[in-house]
Parts: sequence; structure tokens; C-alpha cells
Amino acid sequence: MQKQCKDGKLCRGKIVGINGNMLAVEFDEHVIQNEVAYAIFGDIRLKSEVIRIRGNRADLQAFESTDGLKIGDEVEFSGELLSVELGPGLLTQVYDGLQNPLNKLAEKHGYFLKRGIYMEALDHERKWEFTPILKVADTVRAGDWMGVVPEGIFKHYIMAPFTLQGEWEIIEIAEKGEYNLKTPVAKLKNSKNEERPVLMSQNWPVKIPIACYKNKLLSSETMSMQLRTIDTFFPVATGGTFCTPGPFGAGKTVLQHAMSRNAEADIVIIAACGERAGEVVEILREFPELKDPRTGRTLMDRSIIICNTSSMPVAAREASVYTAVTLAEYYRQMGLNCLLLADSTSRWAQALREISGRLEEIPGDEAFPAYLESRMASFYERAGLVELNSGEKGSVTIGGAVSPAGGNFEEPVTQATLKVVGAFLGLSRERSDARRYPAIHPLESWSHYPSVVPAEKLAIARNFLRRGVEIGQMMKVVGEEGTHGDDFEIYLKSEFLDYVYLQQNTFDEVDAACSTERQRYVFDQVLHILNNNFSFHDKDTARSFFLELRQIFIDWNSAKFESAEFKELEKKIMNKVKEHNNA
Amino acid sequence: MRKVYHRIIQMAGNVITIEADNVSYDELAEVHSASGVSLAQVIRLQDEKVFLQVFAGSRGISTGDQVRFLGRAMQISSSEDMLGRIFTGRGAPRDNRPEVIDKMINIGGPSVNPAKRIIPKNMIRTGIPMIDMFNTLVESQKIPIFSIAGENYNELLARIALQAEVDVIVLGGMGLKYDDYLYFRNTLEEKGALSRTVMFVHTASDPVVECLLVPDMALAVAEAYALEGKRVLALLTDMTNFADSMKEIAITMEQIPSNRGYPGDLYSELAARYEKAVDFDGAGSITILAVTTMPGDDITHPVPDNTGYITEGQFYLRGGRIEPFGSLSRLKNNVNGETRSDHRTIMDTMIRLYADYKETMEKQSMGFQMTRWDNKLLKYGKLFEQRMMDLSVNIPLEEALDLGWQTLAECLEPAESGIRTELINQYWPK
Repeated sequence: MQKQCKDGKLCRGKIVGINGNMLAVEFDEHVIQNEVAYAIFGDIRLKSEVIRIRGNRADLQAFESTDGLKIGDEVEFSGELLSVELGPGLLTQVYDGLQNPLNKLAEKHGYFLKRGIYMEALDHERKWEFTPILKVADTVRAGDWMGVVPEGIFKHYIMAPFTLQGEWEIIEIAEKGEYNLKTPVAKLKNSKNEERPVLMSQNWPVKIPIACYKNKLLSSETMSMQLRTIDTFFPVATGGTFCTPGPFGAGKTVLQHAMSRNAEADIVIIAACGERAGEVVEILREFPELKDPRTGRTLMDRSIIICNTSSMPVAAREASVYTAVTLAEYYRQMGLNCLLLADSTSRWAQALREISGRLEEIPGDEAFPAYLESRMASFYERAGLVELNSGEKGSVTIGGAVSPAGGNFEEPVTQATLKVVGAFLGLSRERSDARRYPAIHPLESWSHYPSVVPAEKLAIARNFLRRGVEIGQMMKVVGEEGTHGDDFEIYLKSEFLDYVYLQQNTFDEVDAACSTERQRYVFDQVLHILNNNFSFHDKDTARSFFLELRQIFIDWNSAKFESAEFKELEKKIMNKVKEHNNA
Repeated sequence: MRKVYHRIIQMAGNVITIEADNVSYDELAEVHSASGVSLAQVIRLQDEKVFLQVFAGSRGISTGDQVRFLGRAMQISSSEDMLGRIFTGRGAPRDNRPEVIDKMINIGGPSVNPAKRIIPKNMIRTGIPMIDMFNTLVESQKIPIFSIAGENYNELLARIALQAEVDVIVLGGMGLKYDDYLYFRNTLEEKGALSRTVMFVHTASDPVVECLLVPDMALAVAEAYALEGKRVLALLTDMTNFADSMKEIAITMEQIPSNRGYPGDLYSELAARYEKAVDFDGAGSITILAVTTMPGDDITHPVPDNTGYITEGQFYLRGGRIEPFGSLSRLKNNVNGETRSDHRTIMDTMIRLYADYKETMEKQSMGFQMTRWDNKLLKYGKLFEQRMMDLSVNIPLEEALDLGWQTLAECLEPAESGIRTELINQYWPK
């Protein structure tokens, strides 16, 4: 559907300037801010978005390379905001930032992403088995569940269009049967006797949040990532937000991948935004093979991947995080818990900076635009636990990786992010250099969400970590011989806690995912050792005792929970502890 | 017949402006001046104004000189005849041999569909323990050598290139000293590798704009060969010069600088080049090994910093050694699980102990009493530097691993190593 001008012709304009991916276009009639327009280049059409209007000139950011365009070339305005298509079939897909299906593109067009080629996001021919939930004469509001189709292991609800205003009456609804996405499954009528059809798929503009719910609720339930440092020390809540800033090489992406595999969410959406293509390829190739132990299906069955890697057009990178969060909100409307992992939000911010620079806007800090903070805030605010109109609950949890320039957390993107997230998992170069993974800094990180272990127990462990660092610092000055035996023991205990609990081996089959139940159990054992009163002859004995204990504990971590090996090693640990027991 | 323009209305830096119509973005033009003919590229269109970046620089160009548009973008030949040849940054022969003009392709082509990439899984053996054992180089990896002026990074680059098993080497030299250019040429020739090499060399005395073209030229040729099923190793040195050229043009064009004068799109521009590294599903591969010199040995400088976020790790060359800290191969875990069952463990353990050794060194230099454990670490650290870090060591991976176990056994008790019992039983020298 295209916008038409007064005389019935398509709304058009002419290019009057080209600077990188920015097009200046002169138009005659009206244009809409943020509408999609196409620059005509021979027989291909290059997608772009209106981002500024001055007099009769509009600035467009092209989502494609502008090479070869000329002054005077035509531009068609579509009259529609940048939108995504929502409907059954989204899961398992791999899209670029504008929702082009990459696998289908590869099948049809080979190795390269040629410009000007757009494909349907969903298969319009494929038939889905629709079962109505409501009946004729029922009334609906935007987002109400009208029917359901099975999509893999999920019930994919067909919802009343999110654009509906007020109450509408169902005047027709399809019977149970197989339909494709373009066949109307219902017809609605409002009080003004306006009628509209309902399809199984609908479009929604990505930059506007879907708000068809009753209430936003407080996020207070832990979403387990099966990572000890996170779930125990710096937990993430269902419907919460968190960020993982860190210098390059500190393990942001490995951590995000671990979360995408292990998180106890229904749907995981991965937005690879301006990062390496190779990292996405790992997910693309591995997820269809990896089993999700909770469902028995592959990880791909619960995932959608939005992939706008660093060499893909920068304007589409800006759009990609919105595309991702819109898909997450869509599944939330079905009462599911969705986790969105965006790697990296810094690249998105840089895309904003590039665009702002080309528009010659007055720059803010480090040349980022002044609206950086408000954009970041409104993005993270799209997370949340909501009560839907039906009373069911659904959630969107957002985790953003941040790649601060020079690894310095004082920079604008990290600071803007810290203001709006509920948990901060700061990765440190020190820890990653020492191969202490995950390299989440145990003292600088924080979380506002509840842990899987009781707060008072956690406080004890935290205290050991803090004291351990203090003593470690002091020891650098006064030496080991100048350190009191008790302090030295605390230091060793804090190192022990670090090695056996904070550190986790993502490459070990068992240790890679540590269930909540296991965390609680192991944490109690660790705490028992921390609280134990030992007696040592000298510091060397103490050191080798803890080294040996650590050794058994590491073996214990890679033994299957509650297996015979697990129990045996546990016994070994207890016996070891008794060796130097004071009591 | 294409029109010829005679009136240049503005010149700033290497950018000239004329008024012309029917010109397309990114098109090439020839500028005919008293000093000869230079190529120029359209970098901005504004109403009737056309901004051109002149490759040979604007010095000596008169406002009345001729500008003739060619109606095409920058191209380079992808023919087999390129092998053994040396070109300038804009693709002209540097070796006094004829031009190669068949199978012309555009440079700076579109990015590869991620769905057509495969997970890299072939190790590239270099014989350098710090690489093979600790930071394994993998086919299709993009990885820079972070270094500082004065280090022998070009020697390291040449050594890896010669020892790596690849079909074609494409070298892109940016701002090279003439001596370095001759060094590469002679070394490759001596070792008989020149016939499988294509070189694009921009020396420090060439026009700065040509520097900008080098990576695109080199990678376009590399990509064409890779699509034909070849395993290509692309060497780019020095990417900091490339970034500096970009800075120069951006400032001339009055772009708002973001960080230390570099343009806001530094990350995207670097990524567009590095992301050409690929393992094609059903064809060959491109591995990119680059050099990034860090001004003032500052890893937070925008060029190494942005590079680090783009590349799959980095080799940190300092004091003639590849540093164990700061060096990283992100793809090592793709291959080091297949080499030998002790590879990962030995890698992690030795680095961790070396970190402990460094701490002990600090303690020692402050005059603290050394404990028994400290003395063990001191012994270990020295052996590690001598057996693993010294770049003159040239041994296969398996030998390096054995040497690692031997070193551990010479210094520590098995339990002090923190290695899982199962592996100790298997590998600890008896």
C-alpha cells in the first residue's frame, strides 16, 4: 500500500544531495517524519527513512549503499513508518536489522547481501492450523487473544490488531482449519459500523512500544541464567534490565552466548548489532544442534536472531535493536517470558553518532548526539513484566552488552546505560587477563534484583570477597610475612570462593550450566568452609591446604549434580576440611 | 561522449569541488593537470556541486584544469595474472610490467551474508608457541598485531605468512617505509613465495589518498580468489596509517570529529574491511593478519581500541615478544579442543601461573621475603619466558605442549598446578 498525493499519483521527490548514506531530497507535497522512502536506482529500490525535514527538503538515511545514485534521481515515499511483520513463523528465523530473512536471501542470491533486495519476513503461503478462541458477537480490544495456532512447542495466539481503538465486535470468525497468513480469519465491527478484517499476521512500527496490556508490574522474580556469579551475586529479574559493559577481550560475547543457551526464558531473541559476523555464525550453526534440556527441542526452536553485523549498513544497525525489541514485545503479548540480548548497544549508539554527524547536529560528549540518553532510556524501558488484558503475565527482559571506548566506564554510553538498568555486570580486564571467567567484577558490579540465596548468607560471602581484596592490597605493601595469620586465612578463603564459586567453566559440559538448586546446595557448602575455624601451623600449610581443597572442588563442579561421583567428591571435601579443623 | 569540466571552484586539502550534472556518487574521474593525470573519486554531491577526492593530491592543480568523469567506480583485475605482481595503492603496476586489465571487479563490494559463513575450524600452524599453543591462529580469522613503532612487527608478519599453509598471499602496505617494502619483496622472493603473492604497496612518500584504497584493493582481489576456492592470507600493514588517512580526509571535509580527531564512523569503516575475513560455505577463505601500531603504546587510542572490538583477538608484540597478557585469539577454542586433550588446560594453567609469577616479581622487587611458593614461581616464570615466549623458538604445537608439562613438573607438585586429576595422571611427566 503506498501513500498517494492529492492528484492520485505516488508521492515522490528528487535527490538534491548525497553524503555517505544520507540523502537530501526535495519534495512537493507532504512527507511524514520517520516514514520509509525508496530511492530509485535503475530497476532496484533502495530503502531509506526520513529523519529530518527542513522546508521542502527532507534528509533520508539510506539503509543501503548509495553508490551510483545521482542528483535528480527519484525517490518514492511510502507513507508508512518502518515496520515489522508479526505472526506465526518468526521463531527459528534469522533476520537482518530490517527483518529480511537471511537464510532465504542466501538461498536465492548467494554469498553476498546485494542491495535493494527485500524479501517477505514470513512465509505467506505456509498454512497454519488455526483454532478460534472467541466467537461471533464477542467484543475485543487491541491485543486480545482471538485464536491460537501451534508454533513449535508454543501456543501462538492470534491477537486482535494492536492498532485497534476501543471495543470492536466480532462479526465473523473462521472455523478450526488451516489458513495462510494472508487469509482473513475474522472480521470486526466497531460502534461506528466500520469493519476491518483480522489476518494471522500484522505489521507494527518498530520504534513505538506495543502497549496492549493492563499494568506494568514490579519485576521481582529471578530469571536464572545458570551462572553462579549472576544468579547468586548479581541476579537478573524476569522483566528486568541489565548491562554487561567490558573492554574488548573481557568475555562479553562468551557471557551473552552462555546466557542465551542457559537462561530460563521461554523465548530468546538475540540482536547481534554491529558486532562480528563470526559470532553470529556460531549461534546460527550451533543452536539448531544444541538441545534445550527443559523442552527437549533444539535451542533454535525458542530463538529469533536479528543479525546486523558490523559491515552491514549502519542505518539498519540503528533499526535492528528496535526490530528485536518489537518481536520480544509481540511474544510477551502471548504471556511468554522473552529475553532480549543485544550485543552491542555501543554499536547502536555509534550508529546514532554517525547519523547525527552527517546531519551536522551539534555534538554532545565524545560527539554522541545530545539525545543519546533519552534514546537509551526509552529502549530499556520497553522491558518489563506486564499483566495482559486477560490477566495473564508476560515479560520482556533486556540485557545489553556495552563496549566502552578504551574500556573506560566513564564514557557516555556506559553512563547513559547505568542510569536505566536494574543490574550492572561489569566485566574487568584484570580478571580476564588472569583467566578468571566469567570476568564479572565481584565488587564493582551491582544488582537491584533478588538473589537465589538468602540475603544474609550472601552478605557473609560478599564480606569475604571485600576483605580478601583489602588484605591482598595490604599484603602487597607489608608482604606475606607481615600479614596476620587470621587475615591470611581470610585472604585464602576469599580466593577459594572466587575459584570454586565465582569462576565457572563454560566449556565444561557440566559446569557450563549450574541449576538454581545446585547453586543453593553448593553455596551452603562453600559457606560452611568460609565459616569454618581452621588451624594451621604456618602460611605455607594453609596455602597448600586451600589449593588442594580447591582442586577437589573444581572436580566437584564438573561432576553431575547428585551423581555417585558428586557424592563421593563431596565426602572427600568434608574429610579434607576436617584435617585442619580447629573445633 | 562524456562531458569535460574546466572550472574547479574550490580546493581544500585533497578535495576539489566542481559544478557538474549527471554525476553519480562514488564515480571516478580523471583530473588532467600540468603535472599529469590523476584519478579522483566523488565523495559528496550537493545540488550541482560535486566534491572529488584527488588520489595524487591537489598540489599543482589549477582552477582551469580539466576534469573528465569515467562513468564507473574504482576497479581492479581479479585475474590469475595478478600473482607475482606489485601495484600501487590505486592499482597501477609498481614493477615496470604491463597493466592487468582482464576480469575487472569493483572494490569495496557488499558484505557477505552471515548465513553463508561457516564456523572456522582449521588451525593455521605457525611454529610459534605463543601463537600455536596460547593464541591459536585459525583460518578465516581477522587478527591484528598490536605493536609500537620500532618493534619488528613486519618481520613477524612475514614469518607467519611464510610458514602458514595458504594458497595465496595478498599484501596491502599502507604508509610503508621504502625499506620495509623492499624487505617484504625480497623476503617473499627469497623464500619462493612471491609467485603466489599479490602486493599493493603505498609507501610513506605516496599521496595520502592512495593509502585509503589499499585495503579495499587487496581485499577485493583476496575475495575473488577465495570465491574460486583458494585459501587466501591477507596481510595489512599498518592499519593505523589507514585510519590516519581517513582522519585527514574527514577533517578536510569539515566532518565533526568524535575522538581525538577521528571521524565518528571509524569503527564502521575499519569493520567493513576486517569483516572481509570469511570462511565461505562451499568456497575458499580469507584470513586477515594486520598490523596496528599504537601511538604512545596506548591501547586505549581510538585505532587499536576500535580494532580490538572488531577483530577476533590480537597479538600484542612488545619488547620483541608476544605478550601473554593482552594477546588473545578469540577463535582458539574452535580448534584447540581437537588438537590434544591437554591443550586447553595447559594453556590456561601456564598463563595463570605466569600471572602469579608476575605478582611475585613485584613482591620481590619491593624487597619482601620470598616464600617457598614464591621461589617455585620465580623458577617457573623464567623457564616460561625462555621456552615459550622467546620468538626464536620454532617448534610444532605437540612439542610445545610436552615442553609445557616438563616445565610444570620441574617447578611444581602436581596438586599445586590446579589441573584436574584425570589429566595429571595422563600427562604429568613421571
